[in-house]
Order: sequence, then C-alpha cells, then structure tokens
Amino acid sequence: MIKLLNITKVYEKKEVVKDLSLEIEKGKITALVGENGAGKSTVLSMIARFMKVNNGEIMLDGQSIRSIKDLEMAKKMAVLKQMNVANVKLTIRELVELGRFPHSKGRLTAADHQAVDQALEYLTLHNIQHQYLDEISGGQRQRAYIAMVVAQDTEYVLLDEPLNNLDMRNSVNIMKILRKLADELGKTIVMVIHDINFASAYADNMVALKDGKLIRAGTVDELMNNACLNKIFGMNCNVQDVCGDKVCVYYKSS
Amino acid sequence: MVFIVLFALSVISLLIGHVPVSYILNMEGNAQVLLVVGRIPRLISILITGMSMSVAGLIMQCLTNNKFVAPTTAGTIDGARLGILISMLIGVSGFIARTFFTFIFTLLTTGLFVMIINRVKLKNTTLVPLVGIVYGGILASITFHIAFEFNIVQGVNTWLMGSFATVLRGNYELLYVSLPLLVLSYVFADKFLIAGFGKDFSKSLGLSYNTVMNLGLVIVSLISSTILITVGLIPFIGVIIPNMISLMMGDNLKKTLPIVAISGAIFLLICDIIGRLIIHPFEVPISVTVSIIGGTIFLFLLIRRPKHA
Repeated sequence: MIKLLNITKVYEKKEVVKDLSLEIEKGKITALVGENGAGKSTVLSMIARFMKVNNGEIMLDGQSIRSIKDLEMAKKMAVLKQMNVANVKLTIRELVELGRFPHSKGRLTAADHQAVDQALEYLTLHNIQHQYLDEISGGQRQRAYIAMVVAQDTEYVLLDEPLNNLDMRNSVNIMKILRKLADELGKTIVMVIHDINFASAYADNMVALKDGKLIRAGTVDELMNNACLNKIFGMNCNVQDVCGDKVCVYYKSS
Repeated sequence: MVFIVLFALSVISLLIGHVPVSYILNMEGNAQVLLVVGRIPRLISILITGMSMSVAGLIMQCLTNNKFVAPTTAGTIDGARLGILISMLIGVSGFIARTFFTFIFTLLTTGLFVMIINRVKLKNTTLVPLVGIVYGGILASITFHIAFEFNIVQGVNTWLMGSFATVLRGNYELLYVSLPLLVLSYVFADKFLIAGFGKDFSKSLGLSYNTVMNLGLVIVSLISSTILITVGLIPFIGVIIPNMISLMMGDNLKKTLPIVAISGAIFLLICDIIGRLIIHPFEVPISVTVSIIGGTIFLFLLIRRPKHA
C-alpha cells in the first residue's frame, strides 16, 4: 500500500500540494483526476521520488520511501512519464530489455529474456519486436513503453497520462491492458488521467485534487456524481448511466 | 570482415612512405628501425585516436541526447586547448602535471557545457550544438586573446592542425590512457544508454544518473585532452562515425559501441593513407583529409535525415 501522510510541496514559493493525506489501495487502479495545475503530476512525481517532499512522509508498504535504495525501489515501482520520445533509435525489444535493468544490471540472463518475451507477448508486440520505435505508430509506441514497465516486473506502476495523444481505439486498448495488469498480475496502478470517462470505466478508485488539496478520494461510484464532479472541475457536469458505466456529459456545459 | 579490412589497411599504412615498399618487405637497411620508431607508433596512434574520438563522440551524443554533439562541437576541445595554454603560462612543469591540469580544465569546461544545456529550457536539436559552437567560440577567443598577449598565436594554431606525421616512439605513449577508458565505456554502455533517456527515466530504473553522467564526462575529457596534447585536433570523427553507425544499426550502445570504435579507426586510417599518397612523398595534414571526407559525409547526413536529427 502507498500511504501519503500530510504531504506539502512548495514550488517557487507557491504551495502546489497542501497537506495531502491519502491511501492507495493495493491491486487496484487508482486514477488521479482534477483540473490542469491541480497538482496531480506533482503528487505522482513525489511518489516516484523524482521530486522531494517538503513536508510529510510517503510510505510504501510501511517503509518510508526516503529510506529505500534506488535499485530496490526500481524493483518495486515502475514509472512511466508522459511518453518519453527520446532521440534514441532502439527496437521495441531493445527498449523492453531496458526494463530488466534493475534485475540484471545490463547483463541479461535467460530469465530476463523470458520476462522480455512475456512482456512482448502480453502487449501483442512480439511480431514487430525488431522494428524501430520511430517507425511504428503512436499507439504501438505507447504499448512498447508499457511492455517495458511490464518487463520491469514491479508491484507498483505509476503512469502519467498514458492516453496522451492516442486515438479512441488505442486508448481503449491501453486501458484494457492496464485493467488486465491489475486483475491478472495483481499490480497496483496509479495514474494521472484527464479523460474522466475513461477513469470511470476502467479505474477502481479515484482521487480528486484541486489547487493542491484533496477534494475527495473514494471508489468510482462514490465520485461519479454531479455534485462531486462539479466541485472538482468547477463546471456543470451531467452524470448518466450508459451501458453500465457512469458517463459524465460535459461538452456543452455552461 | 571489419577486422580483415582493418588489418589490411594497417599493413598498407606500415608499407607506404618515402622509403620504397620493397625495402620494408625485405627488411633492408634500417627498415626495422623505421618500423619500430616511426611507422608502428604512427599506426597505433591512428588506431587509438580513431577509436577513442568516435567513442567519445558517441558517449557525448548519448548523454546530451543530441546527435550533433561531440568533443569538437561542444567546446570540449576548445576547453582542452585553453587548458594547455594556461598550464604553459602559469608554469605547470612536467609532462604529467601539465596533462593532468589540462584534463581537469577540460573536465570543468565540458561539465559547464552540460550544465548550460540542462538549464536551457528549449531543448531544440539544433539549438544544443549551436550553444556548443558558441560556447567553443568563446573559449577559443579567450585562448587567442591570451595567445596574442604572449605572442604565441602560431604555437596555438599548430594544435588546431592534428597530425600524425610527428608521432615517434617516445612521444605518443600518452595515448594508451584511452585504452582502459574504451574498455570502461563498453562496460558502462547500457548505463549510458539509459542515462540518455533523462534523469527521471534513469531513476525509475534504479540507475544513478549523476554518477553515470560524471563518469561519461571524465571519460570524454580524458580522451579529448590526451589526444589534443599528443596529436592535435582531429575534426568531425566524433560526429560522423557514431551517426553513420546509428543510421545503420540503431543506438543500442552495448551492440554498437565496439562497431563505432572499429569504424572510427578504419575511417581515420583511410584518411591518413590518402593524405600520405596524394602528394607522395609529401603529406597532406590528416585534419585536411578528415575535414574534406568527413565534412562531405556530415553534410550528407544533415541533408538526408532531418526527421531524426
């Protein structure tokens, strides 16, 4: 379990996260939602230790994340920021192999190769595994990065806007894969996501932030109602039951 | 295959020169002395320089995540030159002390370059080498200003023209410093690759970004300063060789680094042989042949691949 205890983050003299306490359930998908600048990515970065916490403590399975060594952390938690389009020419397989670094430190064993094969299989990339990242589509590229995270074989997975720049079909595809990761492999997934309806359809829990403060945390059912969403996004939201999912209609909100 | 090419070129390199080939083949006269004192040291220094300059370029390109950064385009060489000049002027005596001083100076100036481009918010692929060129220009102008004051502009200029013509037994051995560095680069190849993706990416894979970055800077600075001291400036290799290999085989450093090293050696050897044959028995300085051949290839790369640039 990830536990945030009274987290405060000050950035250029402005408190971007204020006294935030939170528990993230194991084996579930938790979506961080809120307006731009609400502090979602900052929270994610602090859990990933990309940023230091000014005040408070983040606990991972009862241990302060400050006391965990980098390599140990990398075996427990994988992080994917908004697609790293690095200026590097690698094949899909070579990228996925990087995910084994915390385990193998570069010297891939038979077990590592097997883990890479499995990850490629899991994301149906094995047929194109020798193609270069700059020759494939955006959806395939995002799947390649997720395959790398799968190969890293961690209990926790943090994702920052995994659907960024993806079309409908690819977005659905990615969300289904993430659901499978939680259901079949028991991974705990925390993600920042902007599309509230994707969060509603695929996440278990939601955490709503506004101006760096917690508005509400709970199950999707608890948060997907007009009053709650109005408060989170500061606009009129109309939540409807459509085909068993709660869908927020907001396109013509006044 | 590559090794056969390299070997064949090495043999050619040993044979050609002022003395007729038959002399060397039959070991007539003082052919043995000629080989041991002149030709073999020359061959070795070409091989080491070709390998280490291209690997240094490869590492810099990886760590800055920019294909056009190399010791010659990012102020590293200019820093080394300024270092040599200052070490001479403030009277650092002894060869080792001077080399060490130059290395430290190179390390500082290269580190400063990396710091500058990390501060620049807009990481445009053309902006980074541009910053490097401007930065190198500033360092060079400081060098020349000091050189003017002390009336040694000509001396400084000769360091610009890299040459293997003066390599003799006894004055090139500093280059051997590069050999362990090349091995070290290979050992760390996959770590350099990960570091190239950035600080956060490295951290999420449990890699200490700063350690790898600093190690890379030390390797690049040591290679650059020892080569500048021994043979002078050899332009372009650090850019074109890694780019050519990257185009053909990608950027998986563990796989490509040895190939980059060997290709660098072959390229430099070819340039040297051409330079020695064109106006035989005289020589065209190697930096001229490298500039012409390398510059052409470099331009070709720039035009051909704007997408990846």
